[in-house]
Formats: sequence, C-alpha cells, structure tokens
Amino acid sequence: MSTVRLLVGTRKGAFVLTSDGKRERWDVSGPHFAGWEIYHVKGSPADANRLYGSQTSGWFGQIIQRSDDGGKTWFQPGTPPGETTTPEGMPKGDSNKFTYDTSAETGKPLTTHQWYDGTQHPWEFKRVWHLEPSLSDPDTVYAGVEDAALFRTTNGGRTWEELSGLRGHGTGPKWQPGAGGMCLHTILLDPKVKGRMFIAISAAGAFRSDDAGKTWKPINRGLKSQYIPGPEAEVGHCVHRIAQHKSRPDTLFMQKHWDVMRTDNAGESWQEVSGNLPTDFGFVIDVHAHEPETIYVVPIKSDSEHYPLEGKLRVYRSKTGGNEWEELTRGLPQSNCFVNVLRDAMAVDSLDKCGIYFGTTGGQVYASADAGDSWAPIVRDLPAVLSVEVQTLP
Amino acid sequence: MIRVVLPAHLRALARVKGEVTVEVEGTASVLSVLDALEAKYPMLEGTIRDHATRVRRPFLRFFACEEDLSHEPVDAPLPEAVVNGKEPLLVIGAIAGG
Repeated sequence: MSTVRLLVGTRKGAFVLTSDGKRERWDVSGPHFAGWEIYHVKGSPADANRLYGSQTSGWFGQIIQRSDDGGKTWFQPGTPPGETTTPEGMPKGDSNKFTYDTSAETGKPLTTHQWYDGTQHPWEFKRVWHLEPSLSDPDTVYAGVEDAALFRTTNGGRTWEELSGLRGHGTGPKWQPGAGGMCLHTILLDPKVKGRMFIAISAAGAFRSDDAGKTWKPINRGLKSQYIPGPEAEVGHCVHRIAQHKSRPDTLFMQKHWDVMRTDNAGESWQEVSGNLPTDFGFVIDVHAHEPETIYVVPIKSDSEHYPLEGKLRVYRSKTGGNEWEELTRGLPQSNCFVNVLRDAMAVDSLDKCGIYFGTTGGQVYASADAGDSWAPIVRDLPAVLSVEVQTLP
Repeated sequence: MIRVVLPAHLRALARVKGEVTVEVEGTASVLSVLDALEAKYPMLEGTIRDHATRVRRPFLRFFACEEDLSHEPVDAPLPEAVVNGKEPLLVIGAIAGG
C-alpha cells in the first residue's frame, strides 16, 4: 500500500506526518530544528528521500537543511565539491550563503525597490521562502527568497547562485513588499516545455522564463489591483499563489490578494474566476491531482481581517476551473474559527481518491482523503503552520 | 585561549554544549575571535554576522566583563580578562516578547 508523507513547516520547527494510503492514522515526528522558523520543506520528485528545508531566524539568518533519508536525519550540505570539512569534521557554511550576483559576467547591479512609504529601499537578503526541487535531478533546486530573487543549486544545496535576470529585469524599482515582505514565494517548473518556469512575487506579480531562468517576462495582463496607482500596471500586483496541473501546464490558477484568476495561455492574459466565492481574498490555491479543472481555495475575510468569514473554516472547490464554487465544510470547524491559511500551506497527494491537505496559523493540519468532501484534523496543536507539502510514496 | 558563550540555537548548530574555546593569534578582538570561531565551526558563518557584509546581525550583541562591546570597533582589543580566559565573550540574542 502507498505511503503519504506530509512535510510541515511551522514557526517553531518542522514536522513529518506519515500515513498509509488510507490516510486515517498518522505518525508525527518532530519538531525538527526546534525553535526555528521553517518556511518550507520539499522533497525531490526524482528521489523521494531527498528533502530540502529552509530554516530561518530573525536573529541568526538563513540555514539550508537537507535529508537523504526522507526526513529521519538532516544535515547542512555546505561543504563545496572538492573541499574538505574542518579537521573536526564540521561541514562548512556555504550552503547558507545567498549573495546577490552583482558580477560583471553573470550578475546585475544591486538596485532598490519601493518601500512601504513609497521611497526606494536597498535590496537586502532576508530568508528563503520556497524551495522547488528539479523535476529530474535531485541535486538541482530553485530557491525563492526575500528580498525577491531566484537562486539555484546544482550540487545538492552545497552552494547557491543567483539567476540574476529576474532581479535585474528592470522593473525592480516598482516592486514593493507585501505585508509579509518582498518575497518570491511560488516557483513552478513546466513539465512539458523545457526551460520554462513561472514564479510569483508579492508584490510584483507573476513572471515567466522560457530560457531556464536567464531572462524573464512579466505575465500580469488581466490582473486588476485597485490598491496600486495603476490598477492594470505591468508589475506591482500582490500575487499570493499560483497553481498548475502537470497535464496542462499552460493553464495556471492564481489566488491574488483579491481575486481568483486563471490563464490558459501560460500567463499571456488572465481572467477572473472568483464567481460565487463569498470573498475572493485568500492565500492558497491548488489543483486536484487527477482533474485539471478541479481547484481549491480557502476564502479569507479581507486583507485587514486574516480569518475565515463568520468564523467558519470553509474550503471552496470548483469543478469547472473557477466561477462555480461549492463550499466544503464537513469536518471543519463552523464556529469561532479565526485562523489563517498561508500561501504555501496547501498540498494534494496523487492517490485515488485525491487527498487534500492544509495547515493553519492555529497549528491544525487538516486532511481530506476524498478530494475535499470530508475533512479531519491530523494534528491540532502544532505551532503556526507556514507550509505543507505532500509526497505520495509507493 | 578565548572562551565564547553562544546562544542555544547556535550551540545546536555547532553541535556543542556549553562554552566553546578558540585560539587567536595576535591581538584578540571581536573580529579575530569571530574569524577563529567560524574557522572552527564553519556552519556558524552567516549566523552572527551577515554573509555578504560581514556586519553583526542586528539582533545579536557582544558582551564581556559586564560591558556591551557591540558598538566598539570590531578590531578593538578585548578586555584582558577575556584574553587570559578568566571571562568569556558573550554572544547574546536580543530578548523580544513578553
């Protein structure tokens, strides 16, 4: 029978939740890296036991962790190829080094971006928000960071290099931080078109590269954001999350600050599909593993009230690719619930029926083993959940 | 031999318990102690001072002999009591919260 492994990042450590394919009983291990903020943990599609984690702290900066045994043991992969560890056997710290590339050969000058008060502010590295392993190579991983930029390792996390074409796109001075910081939070690797990838930045918008990250194009036509001076500007939109089904990579679904959107031409133009949602503010969006037109969101009341409407935690599902939404409530709290579901905190497994998972800022991780029809908490009292990823293992 | 007291999270990263010690050649200063500390425990690179700028992280402070050394020049000589091992150099994480 298959195994399902959830990788949960929280404000105070990482947790690994494991179940068999029934998804009824779960083993919980953790906290790993206790006391640290774990923004994201994700496994390699090419090697399920290869995991990467972003461990971060306002005090001590950024640490990259790696596991080669599915999360049982972890290490910092920082000793560069060809170099040795210290005489005491200590790994080096290069895996934690995220330095913007300003070199004449491959880099771009370090410019400024717009600050909250409208002034320009220097670009400063703060943390890694999202780790996206390559679809085919366990040693290659992309990292989305704050202040927004894209990094890549090709040696299993030992060293990281910036793909500076994104930060140096030229629109950088118009980018600005969202409430959580100016973060690159979404990375989608196209499974069909070689070298194509999509990223999203809050608050700059969505971008696409067709040459493996060397050059980038803003893909925000059709987005309308009333809170910026030019509601239909090329950049400046607060995109919260983008999701894609691997069978139709040109179709993307977006949860924007306000509005749920879709594109069917790889981002060339977007249409709003909020339809009958009770509020179209939210953070997460995901796609059913086997039905590319079935999508999920968790509506949140507003940008000033980050919790569900009426204290009722409801997932909304559309089986029509948007516009027509049904509320899913069975097993979810329907009174006095005032948690949030953050942008990286929803994931789907690939079993049949498709499993849907999400974590809350209240520390609950909910699971549905029937594509959202019913829900049950796996755990109720973790630290605030920042991210949820799932691995479906044979 | 210079004694250094690290915050708990950095002791966990360095896989040590209690104080650590480093040897410094020439004048002992915050700069030379941090260089020696990172040479001995390279996984601490970037955690006390920024990887790129080498500047102390804003929420960390350096204390010794009940004095705050955080705003002294990083190459200023450390107090004699630290140099001769009677007192440790303290790396302190800012306390935040209630």
